[in-house]
Amino acid sequence: MKIKQLSIFLQNRMGSLAKPLEVLTVADVNIRAMCMADTSEFGILRLVVDNPEKGKEALEQNNFLVKMTEIIGVEMNDAPGGLTSVLNTIKDNNIDLEYLYAFTHDKKDKAILLLHTDDIDRLINVLNENNITIVPSEEVYNL
Amino acid sequence: MWNEEIETMPRQDLEELQLKKLQSTVKRAFNEIPYYNKKYSEAEVFPEDIETLKDIEKLPFITKDDLRESYPFGLFAVDMSEIKELHSSSGTTGKPVVSGYTEKDLDTWAETIARGLTMMGIGEDDILQNTHGYGMFTGGFGVHYGSHKVGAAIIPISTGQTRRQIEIMQDFGSTGLIFTPSYGIHLGEVALEDGIDPKELGIKAIGFGAEMWTEEIRQRVEEIFGAKAYNIYGLTELMGPGVGVECEAQKGLHIAEDIYYPEIIDPNTQETLGENQKGELVLTNLEREGMPVIRFRTKDLTKLTYEKCECGRTHARMSRITGRSDDMIKVKGVAIFPSQIEKALLKAGDVEPHYLIIVTRPGTLDEIEVKVEASKDIFFDGVKEMMAVQNKIGKSIENETGIRVKVTLVEPKTLPRFEGKAKRVIDERNLH
Repeated sequence: MKIKQLSIFLQNRMGSLAKPLEVLTVADVNIRAMCMADTSEFGILRLVVDNPEKGKEALEQNNFLVKMTEIIGVEMNDAPGGLTSVLNTIKDNNIDLEYLYAFTHDKKDKAILLLHTDDIDRLINVLNENNITIVPSEEVYNL
Repeated sequence: MWNEEIETMPRQDLEELQLKKLQSTVKRAFNEIPYYNKKYSEAEVFPEDIETLKDIEKLPFITKDDLRESYPFGLFAVDMSEIKELHSSSGTTGKPVVSGYTEKDLDTWAETIARGLTMMGIGEDDILQNTHGYGMFTGGFGVHYGSHKVGAAIIPISTGQTRRQIEIMQDFGSTGLIFTPSYGIHLGEVALEDGIDPKELGIKAIGFGAEMWTEEIRQRVEEIFGAKAYNIYGLTELMGPGVGVECEAQKGLHIAEDIYYPEIIDPNTQETLGENQKGELVLTNLEREGMPVIRFRTKDLTKLTYEKCECGRTHARMSRITGRSDDMIKVKGVAIFPSQIEKALLKAGDVEPHYLIIVTRPGTLDEIEVKVEASKDIFFDGVKEMMAVQNKIGKSIENETGIRVKVTLVEPKTLPRFEGKAKRVIDERNLH
């Protein structure tokens, strides 16, 4: 249920994304979703890939600093208000989200929202109690 | 001239005087201080072996580490009842170096500064604003005592409170200023921001030191204040500021040669070099009661000339310091060693000791950036946590060195690796 995400430490400078992406290309690891948190000096590249273990290994062999973190994927309606309704439920249950990102895929009228919080198990409970569909990790890896 | 007889003494007479003082210093050090007794006995060199000035080369060097090992009073030649003042070097690794002064030493110190202030044209009619810090640092008090000797009115304002400094200059009518070059430029710029032209303040002369500078920086200071700026050199280990001061010719710093004996050595082979050859300055106290320091390796790179100066003085002149033979950096007047940064990183947690110190001077003030390789132990999947790591490292470095630095986390294995001695410092200030 929990999705394994790769977080990679990068310096914020021109071209710093190119090297890790090249490493993943060579390792034949495909990226499903990504987001970048950046400051003026450094950034954290967050990736969901089809094979997180393989991706991590390849990156580490190339001296990258990689952390495997767990996130949750939620299915939401690909319509105005779809994101708001999920977030309202989470907020009403006093869960502090660290970050989130979202993408659409070929499933019609649906989009996937990826969530990270320090209290991931409680988030799962809240989502279940409110009948919000949690996307199985395999489904995200194999999109 | 403050002491014309001594300052213009024919070199032959001066050298005779130096030899006499050297012989008595070595003898006293050997008899009174166990450190020298042991070291010289081991090297099988004894006071009676000093028959000419050149014989000083037979004596072993003394380094900052030796002084540190004698912390606090191991190198004192007199009883504490004779010591009138204690100082200590700033911002160095491990134990600091302590310097002890008898009544006569304080007078000798004041004499060297008095000669320097006179070279700068500062006398009893002047008001001298001393922005050097008062405290264990010798900069403040050295200038203070010298100023008393020449009879100027000293304003012991110390560093900082920039706007108040400017107000005092205006209201008190300061005619002389003592500052580090970067602080001086900062003072000038703040004054200009406030609509005050420093040239209108009536400053006659400026004495500066305690950090490295270039001819361009001097010109800048002179332009801002409309006054000549003179270099002052000194070290806590030997006494404090006043070892060398520039005269109106501004062609090198006159070393008070009846008080300090200078040599230049090749820092690698430790061989003594000749006139005008660049190397490391080695200094010997010729006139010190409390703590005679003999053949101290300053690690400062310079060269000496013995040619008579156009001002009429015969004492040797050293050129301005153009570098260090070790990896010490001076930033904002504070001495920093890379080992301190390393210590701070270890204290901040499991930080890998892969770091690089980059010193720049984007405007007029020095800035230090410390690049640190991120590692597993300090990598978190959150910007907040990473910023906290950066801040923690920064605080730790500030605690260790007293200097605020910019910390930049970089990717693993991106900093240069070294076989043998690592080069940890990149100085981009172009001070050489």
